[in-house]
Amino acid sequence: MTNVEEYQVMTGNHAAANACKGARVQVVAAYPITPQSPVVEKISFFIENGELNARMVRVESEQSALTACVAASATGVRVYTATSSHGLLLMYEILCWAAGNRLPIVMNIAMRSVGAPWSVWTDHQDAFTVRDTGWIQMFCEDNQEIYDTNLQAYRIAEDPSVYVPTFVNYDGYILSHTSMLVKLEPQKKIDEFLPPLKHHLNLGDMNVVMGVCPVTTPNIVKRAEGTAPGYYEFRYSLQRSIENSINKVKEVHDLFAEKFGRSYGNGIYKTYRAEDAEMYIFAVGSVASESRLAIDKLREKGVKIGLISLKLFRPFPTKYLRELFKDAKLIVVFDRDIGYGYEGILCYELKSALYQSINRPFIKGYIVGLGGRDVNAEDLINGVYRSIDLEKKNEYSEQTEFIGLKLDELDFLQKEVK
Amino acid sequence: MADKVKLYDIPEEEFLLPGNRMCAGCGLSLIYRTALKALGPNTIITVPASCLTVLHGMQGFTSVDKISVLNTPFATVAASASGIEAALEAMGKDDEVTCVAFAGDGGTTDIGIQGLSGAAERRTNFIYACYDNEAYMNTGVQRSGSTPYGSFTTTTPIYGKTEHKKNMPKILEAHDIPYVATSCAAYPLDIYAKFKRAKKIKGTKYIHILSPCPPGWGFSTKDTIKMGKLAVETGFWPLYEIENGKFSLSTPSKRLLDPAKRKPIEEYLSTQKRFNRLSNEDIEEYKRYINQSWEYIKSKNLTTQLL
Repeated sequence: MTNVEEYQVMTGNHAAANACKGARVQVVAAYPITPQSPVVEKISFFIENGELNARMVRVESEQSALTACVAASATGVRVYTATSSHGLLLMYEILCWAAGNRLPIVMNIAMRSVGAPWSVWTDHQDAFTVRDTGWIQMFCEDNQEIYDTNLQAYRIAEDPSVYVPTFVNYDGYILSHTSMLVKLEPQKKIDEFLPPLKHHLNLGDMNVVMGVCPVTTPNIVKRAEGTAPGYYEFRYSLQRSIENSINKVKEVHDLFAEKFGRSYGNGIYKTYRAEDAEMYIFAVGSVASESRLAIDKLREKGVKIGLISLKLFRPFPTKYLRELFKDAKLIVVFDRDIGYGYEGILCYELKSALYQSINRPFIKGYIVGLGGRDVNAEDLINGVYRSIDLEKKNEYSEQTEFIGLKLDELDFLQKEVK
Repeated sequence: MADKVKLYDIPEEEFLLPGNRMCAGCGLSLIYRTALKALGPNTIITVPASCLTVLHGMQGFTSVDKISVLNTPFATVAASASGIEAALEAMGKDDEVTCVAFAGDGGTTDIGIQGLSGAAERRTNFIYACYDNEAYMNTGVQRSGSTPYGSFTTTTPIYGKTEHKKNMPKILEAHDIPYVATSCAAYPLDIYAKFKRAKKIKGTKYIHILSPCPPGWGFSTKDTIKMGKLAVETGFWPLYEIENGKFSLSTPSKRLLDPAKRKPIEEYLSTQKRFNRLSNEDIEEYKRYINQSWEYIKSKNLTTQLL
């Protein structure tokens, strides 16, 4: 941080709203939900006081919010929305629709746990739950990263080789409501980085007649008028574009770094004290941030450990992670989410990615901090020590392990669950 | 109020091509063909899951010409129109392009009602057209909120529906939008006039069109017009407009203010298989229902005359 005067103090939600303004979004449709609401409030303010020339559709549900974004995007304009938790799940059907129509929508998820029971606090369950809908998905660790990643997300999503909607995720409260220094870039510089949208769908162009998203068939259809792809070909094309987008994600990150002087690892993952590491913590968002403290303390004790904070979750950077972990002995994965009946989602995604590596590291996963339970460095350190022990004995625990539970203070629950 | 339309006012230009996937005798084909002629080429239509999705045809081969269409999931057509309209406003094209949501009765009265109510409350500048074939016809004749009393469907297979249909135009009227109208597939001039009128008005416009359905209602494919006319002439389906709160009965329904001018409801009910197990009490219930709905119309009519 060279010149403090260039910075403003703002929450993660307001950093997201400022990125929308910088990106000159044309249509915003959103519905309030904790902890996302201040994003939409701020954007409404920008629009009403004339700072942002956009239309705000104040819809009556999240399903309508994303539908309005889908329709506006298909009409040919740059759109934005944000949500959390139950709002995101109410959008689920339209998430698939947006991806299938290849619409470059950017959405922020202010991550929050999913009921029941009710909880408004952070975990990553909502974001991970929608991982298979066909969106690019990126995680942030601080408010500047939210601002920067949102700007990059438009450039990535709108690239003609991509045309895939993109999530930018950040922890509810921990980032959404916490003020930090954020540097906002001058409009001219943003405009140079992010040119106006050139869309492959443009219903608003009345010289072209389009039928967007009609019924497809199991097979391709050949007729005198031409040949139409089947559903299968459309879905193949979506998968290929998402897989290939990893190069664009990296390229846009590097261009951004060159222009604005800020970078986030290699754009795919960030490292901390990983140069000579023999073992790693693997995490996203708030858990990765807390892991930095744990790593400092472990390093003091002589444990050669580093952090890999995953930024790009979809497409999953399998090739990069195989290369990165080719000599790793042990990886400890802390998941602030869970695939019920299996284990932490990030953990099993990583296991799957490294299965075909020549040297397979020992991977130990833990669940931490669901529903906003504090994740503190001491807990993470204990998790690392237990993992080192298990690795030595080459012992896998059959049941998913939770860190930071307080079962001993709840006798009745302890009996039931154990 | 819609202008009087003569047959020769309707343009020859076709937007709905022959050879589409509709059933023989489909009321929707007639409605859609006429509506598109009134709307013209500078129109974007958004369509939820419905028979209309099928009419539009498969990927790459559509029976609708010169008009852009955005398909959208079942519950979302009004929100989809809201998004199109917002984008048109952002592009400065909202005055030259007409945005239309075209949905069935299920997509309107049931799964889509929240989105429609929201769009109407926001005064979204669009036309919402509901073609009402009175059940989920595309999925095989299941009961909807718009299915009439006593009607047999595949989900009311033994007793028939025990409730009357939801009065959707009345619900939209309560939203105080500038234009609400009812129409029927058997009256193409009425459909044309009302779409023409709606196109000229800024704000949310709602047109609810009864669409006789030969396989769903159980009548011969040659009788679509006959069924539509009977629905109107018996007083079961009154044709009217409410523009800025002013109510006016449309020509085919005007004389039916006098109950003596209405055809007996039995003529309508007895010619459709879906009503073939109605008891005498059920028919009496229909008579009561029709009288009651006309009492409401009379009161609306009177209020308007006083205005």
